[in-house]
Amino acid sequence: MSFEPKIVAFLCNWCSYAGADLAGTSRMKCAPNVMGIRLMCSGGLEPMYVLKAFERGADGVLVCGCNLGDCHYVDGNYKTLRRMSLLRKYLDQMGIEEPRARLQWVCASCADDFTEAVNKMTAELKQLGPLEHQGARQESLVASG
Amino acid sequence: MNEEAKIGVFVCHCGHNIAGVVDVPEVVRQAQKLDHVAVAREYIYMCSDKGRNLIRDDIKKLGINRVVVAACSPRLHEETFQGVLRESGLNPYLLQIANIREQCSWLHEQGPLVTEKARRLVTGAVKRVAYHTPAEEKSVPIFPATLVIGGGVAGIQAALEIASSKHVVYLVEKGPSIGGHMAQFDKTFPTLDCSACILTPKASEVANSPYIRLFTYSEVIDVSGFIGSFTVKVRRKPRYVHEDKCIGCGVCQEKCPWTASSEFDAGIGLRKAIYVPFPQAIPNVPVINPENCVYFLRGGKCRACERYCEPKAIDFKQEPLDIELQVGSIIVATGYDVFDPTTISQYGYGHLPNVFTSLEFERLCSPSGPTGGKLKLADGREPRSVAIVHCVGSRDHNYNEYCSRLCCMAGLKYAHLFRERTGGDVYQMYIDMRCAGKAYEEFYERVQGEGVKFVKGKVAKISSGVGPEDEDKLIVSCEDTLLGEMVRVPVDMVVLLVALEPRRDSEEIAKLLRLGRSRDGFFLERHPKLDPVATMSEGIFIAGCCQGPKDIPDTVAQASAASARVLAMIARGKVETGAITASIDEKRCSGCKICNALCPYQAISFDESLKASQVNQLLCKGCNVCAAACPSAAVTTQNFSAEQIMAEIEGVLA
Repeated sequence: MSFEPKIVAFLCNWCSYAGADLAGTSRMKCAPNVMGIRLMCSGGLEPMYVLKAFERGADGVLVCGCNLGDCHYVDGNYKTLRRMSLLRKYLDQMGIEEPRARLQWVCASCADDFTEAVNKMTAELKQLGPLEHQGARQESLVASG
Repeated sequence: MNEEAKIGVFVCHCGHNIAGVVDVPEVVRQAQKLDHVAVAREYIYMCSDKGRNLIRDDIKKLGINRVVVAACSPRLHEETFQGVLRESGLNPYLLQIANIREQCSWLHEQGPLVTEKARRLVTGAVKRVAYHTPAEEKSVPIFPATLVIGGGVAGIQAALEIASSKHVVYLVEKGPSIGGHMAQFDKTFPTLDCSACILTPKASEVANSPYIRLFTYSEVIDVSGFIGSFTVKVRRKPRYVHEDKCIGCGVCQEKCPWTASSEFDAGIGLRKAIYVPFPQAIPNVPVINPENCVYFLRGGKCRACERYCEPKAIDFKQEPLDIELQVGSIIVATGYDVFDPTTISQYGYGHLPNVFTSLEFERLCSPSGPTGGKLKLADGREPRSVAIVHCVGSRDHNYNEYCSRLCCMAGLKYAHLFRERTGGDVYQMYIDMRCAGKAYEEFYERVQGEGVKFVKGKVAKISSGVGPEDEDKLIVSCEDTLLGEMVRVPVDMVVLLVALEPRRDSEEIAKLLRLGRSRDGFFLERHPKLDPVATMSEGIFIAGCCQGPKDIPDTVAQASAASARVLAMIARGKVETGAITASIDEKRCSGCKICNALCPYQAISFDESLKASQVNQLLCKGCNVCAAACPSAAVTTQNFSAEQIMAEIEGVLA
């Protein structure tokens, strides 16, 4: 059987979760490799969540928030942007390649941005292969659950 | 985790919506194997009475103390199932929804991976719910005053509805008068009653209501706070005329020697530099536009208006005035702008005479318009024929994909008015006639019977006629798709039915009020079907064309609906704001104050005596930004805590 990557998507309640819902309501189709987890704001994404997901076998993590300037909590997504670029440096050190952790703004009416991001990530991860093979999970990424 | 957790899992078929794609029995079988799951069931419609009874019975008989419902999006039925828990004596926050419809069965092609995904989502929910703790909802008082932004028919209707309950309304209008686009129209379809005649009584009611405070020529420049208590800053632009002194005699307008293009007449008429936009304007107080007034342009000259103003109402020194308002809720009714057809250069608008937009044609027809309601061409002749071109900027991938909804009916209205006033020939160039609405189809039939010619096709080009026969004519070239041939129609006049577009400043308004916008730029409603007037910002509602193109009846209905929502909150005096708030464990807090600065609502402050930060529960909106930044993991957001999310991550990957 071909490799089916597992993607955890963190979706902010106001834009991205609604956008992902809209994709379903509009019967747009995307790869079933993504599991959405609802957060109130992408700015509330604790970096540990991303690490936890990789530790537990995710091959990719997609972080979705409102478009810049449209955050329900004023500017939470700017905090996400900063946090994700810091986290990127850490992930580099762990040997987790760039395509495995992505930031994508998905507004409440941008269902296609969500499905496109999922499909693109799924395709890239299929090329890249499972994270186990990289040996990145030899040491635990997260000290304790 | 609560070691005593006894979890019930309830998987919904949603008819074929879920069960047609996901192997529900398999999801139930897998759920039964999970730790702490006491029971897992499936049912065809979990939101039905019978479905909800299944949950109730298991809570009562089996002692279930945590519930997972795997069904549609929590945005749809979370409250329904929270209600079931509440009725059964369980705290409503001991529930977790696994969204296996919108984000699973509807989102993917059928296959084993979809069932596998549903299983993962359910496992995530089960692991998460084990960490749920009871939470109490907080309520905030509602300040019983309302802000309505926009004084078109939507804003007028909303203000009157609220004022009729004897609650205060602040109505803020950007222009010098209320009335909006409706005041510009001559007749309304399908009844052909005079637009001004039905609007002006409402507008004067606004002016006379003791409960409505009207701010015209004013703009909302800042909004802070949240549902129940917003603080709004309104900037009153200088009219250069004192509203309280002016008696509306109109002498200033007569004496003013300077003219400019009239916005109210859609640019086809003239007004003075000091002007009341239209005769029934409310308030009937002129404004001076400094861009047209010689006093401002040439430093202190002219002053004719001031000289002739008996009550001494003119004040060239007036400054913008900022005022602060306290309101509990906000209704946004900012309307629309019309599409600028100069961008479709082959239609000739702007360089060919006698090509008009719909709004310009309304003003030509109006007795208060520049021609006194006489249809006239640029050279003063009466037109003998007109082509009405549909879908200009609408239903066109180059401009706006959407249908502007009311142009077909407006086109029929124009056809009727043109026939009535000139007896001339009318051609409708349409893609599809869309006349859905009460008595609309009947009006369509009536106009068909009046000898109007219908050409089904999109206009390719409008050019000026050459040669003795076509001199002074406009040539409309179009494919008649029913005949399957190109037609060439010489006419005296062309009316372009231009698209309704979001206000040019809708992006700024959206940012000011934290509203979402749909792809087309109109403001986004909370739910397209079930919550069309609420927005994602609690306490802020939308009505009329700012939400999308719509006709007057729909606009008025939406305005009334928005007011009903506001009045319901005022009647209760308070509103539940949910239990999702952060709190700080003072024993773990190191006092670094990082969270203090990050909080977008200034809800976190540092307590010097405790040497720890604290969250004001009434100000906190639960975004979790503070928790994500806390180096000591001292912050926990109720219902979105790190241990809950971590458990969910483990679950979906198990």
